[in-house]
Amino acid sequence: MADTPNTFDTIVLGGGPGGYVAAIRAAQLGMKTAVIEREHLGGICLNWGCIPTKALLRTSEVLHLMQNAAAFGLSAKEISFDAKKVVERSRKVAKQLSDGVGFLMRKHKITVIDGQGAITGPRKLGVTKNGKAVGEYQAKNVILATGARARSLPGLEPDGKLVWTYKEAMVPDAIPKSLLVIGSGAIGIEFASFYRDMGAAVTVVEVLDRILPIEDDEVSAFAQKQFEKQGMTIHVGTNVKALKKGKDNVTATLEKGGKSSEITVDRVILAVGIVGNVENIGLEKTKAKVERTHVVVDEWLQTGEPGLYAIGDLVGSPWLAHKAMHEGVICVEHIAGLNTAHPLEPKNVPGCTYCRPQVASIGLTEKAAKTAGHEVKVGRFPFIGNGKAIALGEPEGFVKTVFDAKTGELLGAHMIGAEVTELIQGFAIAKTLETTEQELMRTVFPHPTLSEMMHESVLAAYTGALHI
Amino acid sequence: MPIELLMPALSPTMTEGKLAKWSKKEGDKVKAGDVIAEIETDKATMEFEAVDEGTLGKILVPEGAENIAVNQPIAILLEEGEDKSALANAPKSPMAKKAEAPAAKADVKPAVPAPVTAPTPSKPAAYSVPPPQAGEGAKASPPPPRSGGGLGGDSSRIFVSPLARRLAEQAKLDLHSVTGTGPHGRIVQHDVETALKGGGAKRVAAPSAPFTPPAAGGGPLSKAAVYALAGNTPFTEISMTGMRRTVAKRMVESKTTVPHFYLTIDCDIDPLMRVRTELADAASTKLSVNDFVIKAAALALRKIPRANASYSDDAILLWSEVNIAVAVALDDGLITPIIKNADTKRLPEISAEMKDLGLRARAGKLKLTEFQGGTFSISNLGMYGIKDFAAVINPPHGCILAIGAGEQRPVVKNGQIVVGTVMGCTLACDHRVVDGAVGAQYLAEFKKIIEHPSVLLI
Repeated sequence: MADTPNTFDTIVLGGGPGGYVAAIRAAQLGMKTAVIEREHLGGICLNWGCIPTKALLRTSEVLHLMQNAAAFGLSAKEISFDAKKVVERSRKVAKQLSDGVGFLMRKHKITVIDGQGAITGPRKLGVTKNGKAVGEYQAKNVILATGARARSLPGLEPDGKLVWTYKEAMVPDAIPKSLLVIGSGAIGIEFASFYRDMGAAVTVVEVLDRILPIEDDEVSAFAQKQFEKQGMTIHVGTNVKALKKGKDNVTATLEKGGKSSEITVDRVILAVGIVGNVENIGLEKTKAKVERTHVVVDEWLQTGEPGLYAIGDLVGSPWLAHKAMHEGVICVEHIAGLNTAHPLEPKNVPGCTYCRPQVASIGLTEKAAKTAGHEVKVGRFPFIGNGKAIALGEPEGFVKTVFDAKTGELLGAHMIGAEVTELIQGFAIAKTLETTEQELMRTVFPHPTLSEMMHESVLAAYTGALHI
Repeated sequence: MPIELLMPALSPTMTEGKLAKWSKKEGDKVKAGDVIAEIETDKATMEFEAVDEGTLGKILVPEGAENIAVNQPIAILLEEGEDKSALANAPKSPMAKKAEAPAAKADVKPAVPAPVTAPTPSKPAAYSVPPPQAGEGAKASPPPPRSGGGLGGDSSRIFVSPLARRLAEQAKLDLHSVTGTGPHGRIVQHDVETALKGGGAKRVAAPSAPFTPPAAGGGPLSKAAVYALAGNTPFTEISMTGMRRTVAKRMVESKTTVPHFYLTIDCDIDPLMRVRTELADAASTKLSVNDFVIKAAALALRKIPRANASYSDDAILLWSEVNIAVAVALDDGLITPIIKNADTKRLPEISAEMKDLGLRARAGKLKLTEFQGGTFSISNLGMYGIKDFAAVINPPHGCILAIGAGEQRPVVKNGQIVVGTVMGCTLACDHRVVDGAVGAQYLAEFKKIIEHPSVLLI
């Protein structure tokens, strides 16, 4: 392959968190690297996902605190907000980070190709912009990182006006008075929590028998109780049969156990999962296999086509930016033949939901552990027993740890409460290092911190918690 | 300041040696490179060369002294300008029982500490692994496995995750037998589970006495004990040489720890004998059958690389070179000089090298590097008329090929019984490295080559 401006060692299709990280790692390893991005660097995560929602949720958290100022001995009057400015802040945060990715690309001398890319032949990509061909590129290795988009259900298609996806939900003109959230995974619950704290009457509908269905049963139950306490209406085991759009409202037909009911809301957010962006990228010209909207890859993220890799949401769950980033690094290091490259260990990928109270977990739930045949030892510790939690005014929540009774392997950790999304990495390190309960029990946790609850939870599973 | 000369470690397995001969006397001038003494090790008699210049001040160990521990002082070398009075400053040797004369205040400047003069031999080739590819970005092969999943150097620390350690304990799995695939060769859960699943890993045996070489004294194989076991039959005694002890130790180790199995094949060497005669008659090139055997064994290893391998607790090591160790009988013992890269050498080269190595082996003049290592062994007892025999593997080799006599036997060729020259060959394989099929493929390949000797002439 001649070295021309259009030939690269590695081309990454898609500049989201998986793609741009893969590109940086490739550049670090000395590869001539390009990223093809059709919209904006940083992908959904930075522009329409993780980051701007965190900005919104910070706003709703501060609002919540202001409304409860008296509990801290403060007085705050005439508390109000300007939805436009709330969204503006969120957009500014997103833009700052997206620009930051542009800077990182320049810093690592990565060529950013603006346009829609697709495979045109073995190790070849064509790029179009607004329907016009703008370039042909060649690469020894191509990494597909085209991500995913919101799934829609027949009869419940979003229209962007009354029925939103995450994208519209992130930039509302005003906070709707009432809102129906369909789906109680991380995305649905984060919006439900944000809009509830911003004052909307929120109803959440979940088809499964509990909200946050991938979390531990106890976490789901606790979260539901908390949300209901906050004034949310939650229907589990419930289907949305139809959405009837009015002029400025929507009437939804809900069905639970054969019984139908109707609910009329200003807006609906559809958050029923995602589908991989497998179309229009030339996959049909390759030996890569697609199953249920996701590209099939091996542990090194290789597709069936030589030199073609796929990472991130495109290859399946968990649909998490940090998983995509790791996959980007793993596949590039594999391409480079690094000795230290190591496949991702799914059981060691933490998941976080930034609702109020926050939810974070890693590994197996208690039920999943038992189903997998483990005899388990379970420890729990509540926020109410932790000094820092009390001082913060956040006495709601708990930390639960699940161990294999025989080997002491930390099978899973499940937390709900303030700042648990910042705590979970402690268990992630523990799991990655394969610690047993002994090392965790011997680990010194600083006092007073919320992290002490992690320690106590482990003690509770074995020798007994000290502070409850 | 006088320099202490220490008993050198002339081979990695050497722990003690015999001072066979002093080549210099006290008071002799010594230049770097001069042979000072001859040392008999467990393998051979080797020359001990001076590294520093000076005068041999004092001999601490008399000629003929045996069992001198490595690093024990054997002599003191005086540097230029120093006289015997400086000896008082020299560190006392445990052997030097006589008190030195009180030191006269010699005008000697305190000097830098004496360097240890014993040459440190490098590791034997067979154990050396290529250095890990440096840095990232290298299209590197997996790093050399660490023994025992990260037994770093001489340390006995095993790098293992807490969970993996507990799993191993529960399963009574010896972590030394587990290959670590985690960062820096750390043993992780997966490795222990794989080892348990594979069942190949060593379970921890009930504590037993570690193997000790038969030693003089009151052990179960002491002179007295064996004498009694033999019914007090009269005997003459031959003293144990270092080599004898090594042979004893290594062979016991091999037969008790290496799972041997044997494969035998007959080779028709009529064509080989013809070629050999032709070369002798027409080209005045005299080659032994063994020279052909070495070359054929080497070429066959290239074809079946799995047979050119050694077992380690971490991984099977496939050797990149074909280095054939050929057993040479000595008056009292044997030694295995090595034909390095035998696959790439022409027959006359192999022949000449083998002659030279054999001569020097019998004279005890082999260099360490000439008999240590190797990747495969050959033992040929054909000259004694042995039809066929099973040899003991020479660890860490994966195989040893035992060659019997080429003898005339009735053979069936094209449906007729005719007289053919047949050579019986038996391959002993370490089953941990070489499975039956691999060994069989190797022998078949060897047979094919040795029966078509023109291949050996390319």
